[in-house]
Amino acid sequence: MLDFVQKRNWYYLLSILVLLPGVISLIIPPSLKPGIEFSSGSMIEVSFQNSVKEADLRTEMSSLGHPEARVQGTGQNRFLVRTSVLEGSAEQTPEGGPQLLGEQQAITQALFNKFGPMLKDNGSLAADASGKPIAWTVQSSAVSGTVSREIGRKSALAVAAASIAILLYISWAFRSIPNPFRCGIVATIATLHDVVLVMGAYSILGKVFNMEVNTMFITGLLTVIGFSVHDTIVVLDRVRENRQRYPDLPLHECVNNSILQTLGRSINTSFTVVLSVTALLLIGGITIRPFLVVMLIGTITGTYSSIFVASQLLVTWEEGDVPRLFRRIIPKRTRAAVEEG
Amino acid sequence: MWPSEPWHYLPGAIPWPEGQGIKIPFVKFDGSEVRGGTLERRAMTLGLDLKGGTRLVLEPDLTNTSDIDLDEALDRASEIIERRINEFGVAESEIQRQGDRLAVQLPGITAEEAMQKIGRTALLEFRELKTDANGNVAVIQNGQETYIPLSSLSNLEDAVWITAEATTRDGQTVPLTGKYLTDTFLSADNAGLPVLQFRFNDEGGHLFEQISGRLIGQPLAFFLDGEPIRDENGQMNAPIVRAQIGKSGIIENMSLDEAQLLVKLLKAGAFPVPLKVMQSENVDATLGQDSVQASVIAGETAMLVIMLFMVLYYRLPGLIAGVALSVYATIVLAVFKLWPVTLTLSGIAAFVLSVGMAVDANILIFERMKEELRIGRSLVVAMEEGFQRAWSSIRDSNVATLITCAILFWFGDQFGASVVKGFALTLAIGVLISMFSAILVTRTFLRVVISIPAARRPVLWVSQLRTKGDSGSPEPASLPSGGGS
Repeated sequence: MLDFVQKRNWYYLLSILVLLPGVISLIIPPSLKPGIEFSSGSMIEVSFQNSVKEADLRTEMSSLGHPEARVQGTGQNRFLVRTSVLEGSAEQTPEGGPQLLGEQQAITQALFNKFGPMLKDNGSLAADASGKPIAWTVQSSAVSGTVSREIGRKSALAVAAASIAILLYISWAFRSIPNPFRCGIVATIATLHDVVLVMGAYSILGKVFNMEVNTMFITGLLTVIGFSVHDTIVVLDRVRENRQRYPDLPLHECVNNSILQTLGRSINTSFTVVLSVTALLLIGGITIRPFLVVMLIGTITGTYSSIFVASQLLVTWEEGDVPRLFRRIIPKRTRAAVEEG
Repeated sequence: MWPSEPWHYLPGAIPWPEGQGIKIPFVKFDGSEVRGGTLERRAMTLGLDLKGGTRLVLEPDLTNTSDIDLDEALDRASEIIERRINEFGVAESEIQRQGDRLAVQLPGITAEEAMQKIGRTALLEFRELKTDANGNVAVIQNGQETYIPLSSLSNLEDAVWITAEATTRDGQTVPLTGKYLTDTFLSADNAGLPVLQFRFNDEGGHLFEQISGRLIGQPLAFFLDGEPIRDENGQMNAPIVRAQIGKSGIIENMSLDEAQLLVKLLKAGAFPVPLKVMQSENVDATLGQDSVQASVIAGETAMLVIMLFMVLYYRLPGLIAGVALSVYATIVLAVFKLWPVTLTLSGIAAFVLSVGMAVDANILIFERMKEELRIGRSLVVAMEEGFQRAWSSIRDSNVATLITCAILFWFGDQFGASVVKGFALTLAIGVLISMFSAILVTRTFLRVVISIPAARRPVLWVSQLRTKGDSGSPEPASLPSGGGS
């Protein structure tokens, strides 16, 4: 029979190795790149004569150095484009002319070159005095963020409060076995493990691929937390049941049996989630990628942590590994010699 | 349940039924239609990110306002708009400053509906009759203000109404307005007519006490944005004050629609400045129409693959779970539609998570059933045991999720984080229904299927069935339907 519990310290090591780069990345500012929802920026509205696809416009904005741009159709070939602050964007659009003032004009010109003639607000063709089509912005303005920057901190508070509530609930629900409080603690640690891992991974992705944090990221993180808690409780529930049925079995055997018994379910459940997230990543829309990336990482770590972190920590606690580790480190030489002998 | 525009979500080649469903008006004998007797379907309210909506640009009207902190006023106005729009907390509007204007995007409503909700300032005033020293009341006659005795006032509309003022505790004379209200709610009187109850804060109560004490025997009128609030017959709503009133009061004789709108507006509060609508237009999904459509197709593909996997791995129970899940998804979506919950990406994430939990509940039950079958229990016993054993984990994990939802919802509400709030609400609905679905729907299906003899063939339930003691023996032709444990 497979023994999962024996090698528990290796799993902790693996967790630490995976967590470490993310934590380092979170420490080095900017820990997470805030998206355009949180900050002020510019908004321009453009209207084209020819048929233009939203996706093409998004791609073009991306190649113009604005992958963060949010493109929203407002009618026939007419779009609102929200970006980060465009440098030198004037409130007024100059009446054509060859000279380009600032980034906003440059972008409008590039869109004009790419997608053809542009229309004015009243639907007439934008042209100069001689009737030659020119680049045109229907309207442009500086806009504020739509979501308070505070939301991150507030969500963190909410998650902290929820963790404490779950800790208390588990401690109560597992009151039939000895040390129910430990179950609550290890479940909370497993959840925090997943949160830190996902945030760390996202921080690295932000630094490497410029991925920004937006409300979708927050949604994804909440989903991961929900999944992680659910998964951990299922494994711990089996521990509770086995503990009641075979009270004389040592805890490490009991935990190992419980892991083996729930392994099929754990793998199947996360497999179905990974399957659907992958399907969405491959053929779904590009705009929800940040959410899917969080889900994918979170599902895998959520499953991992309930098998290899939560229940293993229970054994570690029971067998007093941590005090032993301390004893081993502090009077290092003398102790080590005795134990090896 | 059926989508109004099925071509967005389903393969295009098949002529799916579309539209708003059938309208079957119940007709009385005299031929008049009875209200509420239709089977018309409502459309699912989809959020800005998935479907788009209406975009309004609002400009503060500063004509009648002297020195005012515009920044503060606009911040306050956007808070109030948010509250008016998010009746159930999850309408997911989007409000941003655009220079000295506010740009508001609202999901799932037309420009007219949007105007009705946010086009009003909602300043509630308490007004009294203008009187002279002798107690005569001022009326407008032929454009002139003259004073007549109260007894000869035939039409309340003719009178001159002035804002009722009183002295605050620190000695200032101020008008009594809706800003002193702490709570407004609807109830019904003995005849079942709507009664709007309101309650003042301490300061407001102090003012109202003075005013009502002064006005005993005289009418007190309610004005909203300078217009009197009217009763069902279009008459001005100005009850006679009978006694001195302190902190709370009621407004009666309104139509239900009017009363409901008023409660909503008063709860949200009044704009510090009137707002003018400068521009209104329809906008597409913020996530991009094309992107949303691709994601829907991907999601459906994933659902099919998951069902296929469940059938291959769990055989007959997997099929039953698939059917139970369809029932589950239908119920959840129907609840979202009728509530109504505005479905955004975060809502869908919560929905998918709850579907995942429902799948998981089924998997837990089947894994337990398998275990029981492998140690040689009969099908019926294995099923009942499977449910019983799986229940504790389903219960605890779902309760933990519900606790999380409650806390997230409360925090989201306190901090105005509507994403968090929407997520929590949809997840809570999903989890509650998923518990019901796992226990009731799957169980009922399983019981029905087990009662069919042909369905009892072991190969449909487990891959390798080991009988006690002899793991290599051939599988029995049919599992016993009951008995031995």
